[in-house]
Amino acid sequence: MFAFTKAQQAIRKAAKDFAKGELDKETTSQWEKDSAFPKDVWEKAAELGFLGIHLPEKYSGGGLGMLDSALIMEELCRKDSTVGVALGYASHASECLLHWGSDALKDAFLPKVTEGETLSAGAFGESQRGGDFSATATTAVKQGDEWVINGLKTHVPNGGLAGFYVVLCQTDPEAAKPEQSASLILVEANRQGLSTESLGRKLGANMTPSANLILNNVRVPLDNLIGKEGQALAYAREFTDENKIILAAQALGTALGSYDRMMDYVKGREQFGRKLAQFQISQHKIADMATKIELSALITYKAAWVRDQGKMDNTLCSMAKMTACRTAMEVSAHSIQLLGGYGYMTEYEVERYYRDAKTLEIMAGTAGVQKDIIAQNAIGKIR
Amino acid sequence: MGVLKYTEDHERFRLNLREFLAREVVPHTMEWEEAHIVPKEAWKKMGKAGFLCTAISKEYGGLGGDFLYSVIVTEEMAAISQAGLCAMLHSDIVVPYINAYGTEAQKKKYLPGCVSGDIITAVAMTEPGAGSDVGGLEATAEEDGDEIIINGTKTFISNGLNCGLVVLAARNPEIEDKHAGVSLYLVEDGTPGFTRGRHLDKMGMHSQDTAELFFSNCRIPKENILGQKGAGFLMLMEKLQQERLMSAIANVAIAENVLKEAIAYCRETLVDGKPLGRSQAVKFALAEMTTDVNLNRAFLDNLIADHAAGKDVTAQTMMSKFASSEMVNTQLSTIMDLFGEYGLLESSPIARYFRDQRITTIFAGTTEIMKTIIAKFLGL
Repeated sequence: MFAFTKAQQAIRKAAKDFAKGELDKETTSQWEKDSAFPKDVWEKAAELGFLGIHLPEKYSGGGLGMLDSALIMEELCRKDSTVGVALGYASHASECLLHWGSDALKDAFLPKVTEGETLSAGAFGESQRGGDFSATATTAVKQGDEWVINGLKTHVPNGGLAGFYVVLCQTDPEAAKPEQSASLILVEANRQGLSTESLGRKLGANMTPSANLILNNVRVPLDNLIGKEGQALAYAREFTDENKIILAAQALGTALGSYDRMMDYVKGREQFGRKLAQFQISQHKIADMATKIELSALITYKAAWVRDQGKMDNTLCSMAKMTACRTAMEVSAHSIQLLGGYGYMTEYEVERYYRDAKTLEIMAGTAGVQKDIIAQNAIGKIR
Repeated sequence: MGVLKYTEDHERFRLNLREFLAREVVPHTMEWEEAHIVPKEAWKKMGKAGFLCTAISKEYGGLGGDFLYSVIVTEEMAAISQAGLCAMLHSDIVVPYINAYGTEAQKKKYLPGCVSGDIITAVAMTEPGAGSDVGGLEATAEEDGDEIIINGTKTFISNGLNCGLVVLAARNPEIEDKHAGVSLYLVEDGTPGFTRGRHLDKMGMHSQDTAELFFSNCRIPKENILGQKGAGFLMLMEKLQQERLMSAIANVAIAENVLKEAIAYCRETLVDGKPLGRSQAVKFALAEMTTDVNLNRAFLDNLIADHAAGKDVTAQTMMSKFASSEMVNTQLSTIMDLFGEYGLLESSPIARYFRDQRITTIFAGTTEIMKTIIAKFLGL
C-alpha cells in the first residue's frame, strides 16, 4: 500500500503534465470569474483518457480503478482547484449507470461521457438546503410504455449543461418500506417538459454550474429505469459514498495547491528583515499543514484502494471526505493568513482555493453528515 | 452587561441610522458589490444625514458626539456587512488623525468636508514591501523650499479610488532610524504626481475600492505636514488602538447578527421532517457560538468604556481584535455548514459574509502581529 505501481506513477505524472500544459493562471482565473465551464480542457482531458479512467474500456474508459482516478483528481486540483472540481463532476452519477444500468443504457450513454461529448449529473435532492435526499416528492408514474415524471430537483451539478440526468423519483408511494419507494430514472436533457433554472454564482466551484431541475410531465421510456424499482435510495447512497473518494482526492489536491503557493510566498517574502519561512510561527503552521496533508493523502488513497478491491467501506469514504476537506479548509485558511493582504487578493489564487475548499466541504455532505455515518457504523446496534 | 450607558439620544440615533440604512444603503448593496465601488453620492447622503464623523465637534459641522455614537455607526453598518461605504474607516480611523494632530487651519479646511461626506479619506501606510512590518515603509518625503516632494507606492488602500484626501506615511531619506524618519502628510486628490494604480480584485468586500496609490515627484505645500515632523510612527501607533477597537466592534456586531440569522434558520428549516435545530450537534454548535459571542461582547464592552474614558488599553484591544476576528471566521464556517448548499449560493447572505469577513484577521494588524505585541506586554 505504501508504494504506487509504475503505472500509477505514470498516470500521476501524465495528469500533472497535462495540467501544467493546459492550465495557465490568467485563463483559468478568468473562467472562474465568468463562472464558465472549462469546455476545451474537458474535451482535451477526455481525449487523453483522464475522464472515466475508472470506467471499463468497452465504454471508452481507462479500465482502471478509483485510486487512479483519485491521483488524476489530486493533480488537476493541485494545479487548479476549480478546473479540477469541474472535471471531476463532469461524469457525475455515471457510476449509477455503470453499476446498475442495463447494457443498452450503458452502451448508449457511458462512451459519450468518457469521450467528452456529454456531461452527466445526479439529481437526487429536493430541499433548499441540499444534501438530504430521503424526502422525495418528485413522482414517476407508469403510463403505457413510458414513465411520466413531475417534480423539482435542487442543487443539481452541471444543471443546464448535462446531456442526461440520473433522477431520483418516487415510483411506489404505497411501498411497505418507505426505503423502497423510489427509483432512479435516466432523463435525457432534451426531453420535452424538462427545464433548468440556474442557481447563479456560488462561493466556490464556480466552473461547475448548479441549477434546479424542473420536470413537468416529462415522458421517458420505461427502459430508462436504472437498476431495479424501489432501490434508488440504496443506489444513491452507494454512489454518494463512492463519490466521496473523488471529493476527498479533489480536496487533497486543493490543499496541496494552496500549500505550494503559500510555500513559494513565504520563502520569498521578507518582513522584519527575515523571510516569513524563517519565523517559528510560520514553521509550525507549515508543519501542521504538511502533517494534515499527509494524513489526508493516506486515508484518501486507502479509501480508493479498498474500493478497488471490490469492497465498499462507507465509513472510510466518509472519514476520507471529512478529513481531506477539513485539511483543505485549514491549509487554505493558513495560506491566506501567511500571504496577509496578498492572500485576500484574487491574483494570488489562495483565496480561490479557500472558497473551493469550503464548497467541497459542504458538497456531498458536511462533516456533521459524515460523522453521523461514521458513528452509526462504529457503534452498531445497541442492545 | 450594561457597562455602556446608552442614553435615549443614543437609542434614537441608532434607530434613525437603522432606518436610514434600510432605505438608502441595503437596497443598493448588490449594485455596489457588482460595481466594486460605492458612488460618492452615497457618502454625501450619509454625511448630510449626520452619520459621518459623529465625534467631530460642532464647530466643524460635526455632531460632537461621544464615542458611543461611533460605536453605534460601526455596529449597525457591520451588522449589514456594508463594505464599501465604510463609515468607520473614514470617521473613526482616518479623520481622527486630522482632528487630533491637525493645525487649526488644516481642521478648518478639511473637517467640514469630512463631516458632510464631500471629502472621503484614506490612510496610506501599507506598501508592497511593508505590510505587517510598517517600519519598513519606503515612500520618501523630501523638503524642497516651501514644498515637500513625495515618492513611493502604497497598496491595499481602502477608499483608494474615492478618496479626496490621503493621510500618508512617508520617511525622510536622510534619517537612518527606521521610526524617527517617518512623518504624516496630507495629500489632496488632484495633486500633480499623485495617481491611482490598479483597483485590486479581492475575495470579498467587493464594494470597497481597494487600490494602489502612486506618488511620483508629487509636490505638496509644507503646511500639509500633519502633526510633528518625525512623529509619524508614534501617531500611527497611538491611533491604532482605536482602529483595532473599531475592527473588534465590527467583528462582534456581525457575529451577533449572523448568529441570529443562523438560529432562526435552524428553527425553521426542516430536515427529515424535523427542524434542523432539533439535532443535538446543531444545538451544541449554536450554544457554543452564542457563548463565544457573549464572552467577546463582555470583554469588548469593557474596552469600549475604558477607551472612551481615555485609558490605555492597547494590549487588551489587540486581544479583542484578534479573538473576535478569529471567532467570526470560525463561526461563519460552521454556519455555512448549517445552511448547507443553500449557504454556498451567492444569492444567500452567508456566502458574502464568509468572503467579506476573511480579511478581518489580516487588516488593522494580523492575528500574528497582535499576538507578537501582546507577548511584549507580558514582558516576553
